[in-house]
Amino acid sequence: MSFLTIDHVSHTYFTKKSATTALEDIHLEVEEGEFISFLGPSGCGKTTLLSIIAGIMKPTEGQVILNGKQISSATPSVGYMLQQDYLFPWKTIEENILIGLKLLNKLNENEKKRTFQLLHQMGLENVEKLYPNQLSGGMRQRAALVRTLSTDPKMLLLDEPFSALDYQTKLKLEDLVFQTLKDFKKTAILVTHDIGEAIAMSDRIVLLSKRPGKIAKIFTVPKELRDTSPFKTRQHPTYTSLFDLIWKELDQLETNNNN
Amino acid sequence: MKQTTTIDLLHKQYLQRLHKEKKWITFYQILIFISFFLIWEVSSSQKWIDPLIFSSPTKIFHLFVEKLQDGTLLANLNVTLFETVLGFIFGTLFGTLLAALLWWFPRLSKILDPYLVVLNAMPKVALGPIFIVVLGPGFTSIIAMGTIISVIITTIVVYTSFKEVDPNYIKVLQTFGAGKKHVFREAILPSSFPTIISTLKVNVGLSWVGVIVGEFLVSAKGLGYMIIYGFQVFNFTLVLLSLVIIAIFATIMYKIVELIEKTLIKSQ
Repeated sequence: MSFLTIDHVSHTYFTKKSATTALEDIHLEVEEGEFISFLGPSGCGKTTLLSIIAGIMKPTEGQVILNGKQISSATPSVGYMLQQDYLFPWKTIEENILIGLKLLNKLNENEKKRTFQLLHQMGLENVEKLYPNQLSGGMRQRAALVRTLSTDPKMLLLDEPFSALDYQTKLKLEDLVFQTLKDFKKTAILVTHDIGEAIAMSDRIVLLSKRPGKIAKIFTVPKELRDTSPFKTRQHPTYTSLFDLIWKELDQLETNNNN
Repeated sequence: MKQTTTIDLLHKQYLQRLHKEKKWITFYQILIFISFFLIWEVSSSQKWIDPLIFSSPTKIFHLFVEKLQDGTLLANLNVTLFETVLGFIFGTLFGTLLAALLWWFPRLSKILDPYLVVLNAMPKVALGPIFIVVLGPGFTSIIAMGTIISVIITTIVVYTSFKEVDPNYIKVLQTFGAGKKHVFREAILPSSFPTIISTLKVNVGLSWVGVIVGEFLVSAKGLGYMIIYGFQVFNFTLVLLSLVIIAIFATIMYKIVELIEKTLIKSQ
């Protein structure tokens, strides 16, 4: 039994005028500690898939099983990081990163200390009493990562968490997130439309086709790339060949779609 | 070195200009104030305007001192302030509570939608006579007037702001297993604070309208009563005195709300 099973999940959105199938028969098994990327054009149902795994949405068909248990509602075992930081602007950084523990009634001195330590590990010192708008974009996204990790989830869902950042900050954060997840041995699922990011960060890359989102192909990232940090991966010779391979696949998906 | 001194100098000049501008504005404000009362006084004493209708600042002042000494002014002011503040608080509070209820039960909000539109469009002061019959000709009816006039618009405005909260904030809380109660307390309510405060500002004015009209109708106590009484005995000095007092206290209330606004949303 694998750590996470996405068991033949399909999802259809209904509106007055139409029924749109966003996901069709997504089936995937993920091992503990694995880093999976879902790669696909916009409109391939990536966010829908993450919401279903997080337990915020119920799929029309299929189920998600984590550690042998079916996910039917939001669970503290799954952490979710959004495209933008979505730190609450009226709360201080301290209040923001402790909100998860507070909501789960787990706020005690020990957990508090651990969360603050995490904040310092992310290179954020003396920001506890500041408000989010006093921090830069990269700092805010790091604080959001601390918030996600504060409840010690077993698995992390990352919804294009670097897309709103400038390129340099993005590269630095990729390394930081990669290292943090490896250190804490977290399983992670990233959705992105950035081929380079997918290769740099993941162990396996799942290519999704568009409307409805279906698994088109799964690439396993070679071992030499898996073990190196995202920044170094980008400079590795194998990186370019894999990039080209995925690029061609994606291109073909698009042309198939258009015909 | 030379550059920093020029920049310092320019900055100093900029500050001086700013200071000067502010002084001029204050000067004109005071000028308007003084000339308004001066022209009023002179044209009344010279009979350019009918002194019986428009009275004059000195007459108003004498009446003010007289009414202050016999205690009737303070008594009436007390009544009106009490009613207005309560009407204002109730209006904002019930409006926000109603908005929370509508947010909590989306189906209820769909059902009530047309009724809210009708209630909002209706001139609430027209309900005055009914209040007086049902609640009696006392301060309860007047507070009810001060409340009803602002409650529906508060509900509509605050509910709209509740609905416009970015769903991703809610998503963040949901991933931590937050229920509706937590979502409301941690995201919906605080992010709507600025809207609630700005409805407070509108409600200050509205509850004064409700209360004064209520006092017109009940005609027993308060500044509204002073106005209607002055009108009936053709003592327009009394009417104008009441108006001046209302203007002063409505402004004070507005300023207090502004102060609350500053302390509540200092972070944004």
